[in-house]
Amino acid sequence: MPLDKIWVVAEPAPGGAGVASLSLELLTKARDLATTVEAVTWADPTDLAGEVGSYGATTLYGVGDIGALLPGPAVAGAIAAAVVAGSGPKAVLVPQTYDGRDIAARLSVKLDRPVLTNVVGITDTGGLVTEHAIFGGNEVLTARLDAGDPGIYVVRAKSFTAEASGGGRAETAGLEVPELGSANAAAVTQRHVEEQEGPRLDEAAVVVSGGRGLGEAKNFDLVERLAKLLHGAAGASRAIVDAGWVPYSHQVGQTGKTVKPTVYIAVGISGATQHMVGMKGSKNIVAINKDQDAPILSIADLGVVGDVHKVLPKLIEALEARS
Amino acid sequence: MNVVVCVKQIPDPAQPGKLSPDTQTLVRDGKLILDDSDSYGVEMALQLVDAAGEGAVTLVSMAPHSEKSGLRTALAMGAAKAILVSDDALAGSDSLSTAKVLAAAIRRADPDLVIAGTESTDGYTGTVPVQVAEVLGLPSVSFAKRVEVSGGTVRVNRQTEAGSDDVECPLPALVTVTAGVVEPRYPSFKGIMAAKNKPVDEVTVADLGLSAGEVGAAGARQQVLSVTPAEERQSGEIVVDEGDAHQRIVAFLEQLRVI
Ligand SMILES: Cc1cc2nc3c(=O)[nH]c(=O)nc-3n(C[C@H](O)[C@H](O)[C@H](O)COP(=O)(O)OP(=O)(O)OC[C@H]3O[C@@H](n4cnc5c(N)ncnc54)[C@H](O)[C@@H]3O)c2cc1C
Ligand SMILES: Nc1ncnc2c1ncn2[C@@H]1O[C@H](COP(=O)(O)O)[C@@H](O)[C@H]1O
Repeated sequence: MPLDKIWVVAEPAPGGAGVASLSLELLTKARDLATTVEAVTWADPTDLAGEVGSYGATTLYGVGDIGALLPGPAVAGAIAAAVVAGSGPKAVLVPQTYDGRDIAARLSVKLDRPVLTNVVGITDTGGLVTEHAIFGGNEVLTARLDAGDPGIYVVRAKSFTAEASGGGRAETAGLEVPELGSANAAAVTQRHVEEQEGPRLDEAAVVVSGGRGLGEAKNFDLVERLAKLLHGAAGASRAIVDAGWVPYSHQVGQTGKTVKPTVYIAVGISGATQHMVGMKGSKNIVAINKDQDAPILSIADLGVVGDVHKVLPKLIEALEARS
Repeated sequence: MNVVVCVKQIPDPAQPGKLSPDTQTLVRDGKLILDDSDSYGVEMALQLVDAAGEGAVTLVSMAPHSEKSGLRTALAMGAAKAILVSDDALAGSDSLSTAKVLAAAIRRADPDLVIAGTESTDGYTGTVPVQVAEVLGLPSVSFAKRVEVSGGTVRVNRQTEAGSDDVECPLPALVTVTAGVVEPRYPSFKGIMAAKNKPVDEVTVADLGLSAGEVGAAGARQQVLSVTPAEERQSGEIVVDEGDAHQRIVAFLEQLRVI
């Protein structure tokens, strides 16, 4: 029995054009689970109605112009008010992003409903059952919320594949935001957009990631050169992000990006559970590590026990010679 | 300026995690330590109070069995005092109940600013802090990479998908800090000795005016159904580099047609 209605939080894509890919993944999944799929956004709904419609949403609700305010309070407030008024959904699917987690957390309190995060799968077995990757993806935990409505689910990127439904443009409607008081006071004064070259980390067919085994910051250059030669993107473990070698936007893992490229090449990365959870779904994994017992080698399709300072320059040279 | 830092005390992450066979929740016996993710918040709070020239850092923690080891570590770093909520009724709490408990404890300290980690090492729901903010009616800024306070306003550089945003927010407010925002100090010997005598106010669920039915396993409205091994990746080929391993990689990439 499908649910009657699911709402998906439609986050605007980073940088501004269109809907974030994770929200499209959620719309696709919602079509499997509910008869009616609708979406809620804090962007201008007329800009996004075509795209969310083509992924199956019949209505896109906008919460109005929030100006420079962070979206958490307004979006949670609007959804909660609709639920209280009786026009809410059976479940809300929220993208696990910076703003998504804020929305889910505030919604949970407003409705006094629990929230499940780190969701990587959802099935309907007469009630929604969620899957969560635990212990670095070595085990799968399934969970369920109690019977109340709505269920709030915060879903990790790349858990589902986005597929258009061929649906027409969604209708647009407003969702009233109640008085939010002092909680609605955090506002953006300036946005900084990092320049980026080449394909995006979470979309690239090849990802080359470096870790502490690179030895020092300047050796990340080798990772970037290899990524460029393979028309891929450069990623990193948290160890070298925290050390300030590369910006956070490169981080792959639990608190960073989830990637599922055709090939993931891990260079000098040990394979901590929090790293693996972000890259274990890659189709092929190559790892270079000098320690034959490094956990990353146990999940590699091709594992090289060797020194990155020897293997990487030769690999780059060999690829340069071909191009 | 008075700052509360929410610090979680967790089983040593270096030890393999265990789930209890009957409740499928994380086993939290044995000694607990300060979650590394929260040492950044403690350091940030100490620096902000230092810069303000007045006020104190109060720790708030919810943990079983009157556990104080992690609190002592944070007190040794320089926090002035702690509120510990420990009560058998809290075992099995979900994130919403945890947030209600922490919020009630934080009220007692009446802070200008609440700091938490973006996510804990063992639970990593990442929702507790903003749930706390909502219970308290506070504005929040999550994923702070830099934090400054002046003139009753907190200014945060916040991580975003595209880069970062500068965000401003009037106090009182809640901020979650990412790992690496600041370099947590090591407790000095003097700090460790002083920590032994710093006040830890231990309270129960009833002390906080909450009922046992709304927290812990009794209040949890989510249920773990099963835990099973994930599909294993086929283990691949391991080669030891003898000076030619790069050729194996090239051949592998060719076979996959990415070159
Ligand atoms: C709440 C939380 C969230 C986290 N989120 C993330 C996350 O999102 N992403 C993430 O990556 N981590 C995350 N971590 C951190 C994670 O636990 C690890 O600390 C981190 O992934 C380790 O990075 P690393 O593999 O680069 O470093 P290390 O673990 O130090 O590994 C370095 C590796 O390099 C190898 N090596 C050294 N020298 C050479 C050489 N010359 N040639 C070849 N190999 C060499 C070593 O054998 C070793 O295996 C998180 C941790 C916590 C607590
Ligand atoms: N039991 C707890 N005691 C104190 N703080 C907590 C507790 N649980 C969560 N927190 C705070 O909330 C943050 C995020 O935790 P979580 O939501 O579990 O990922 C942590 O870094 C802490 O600051």
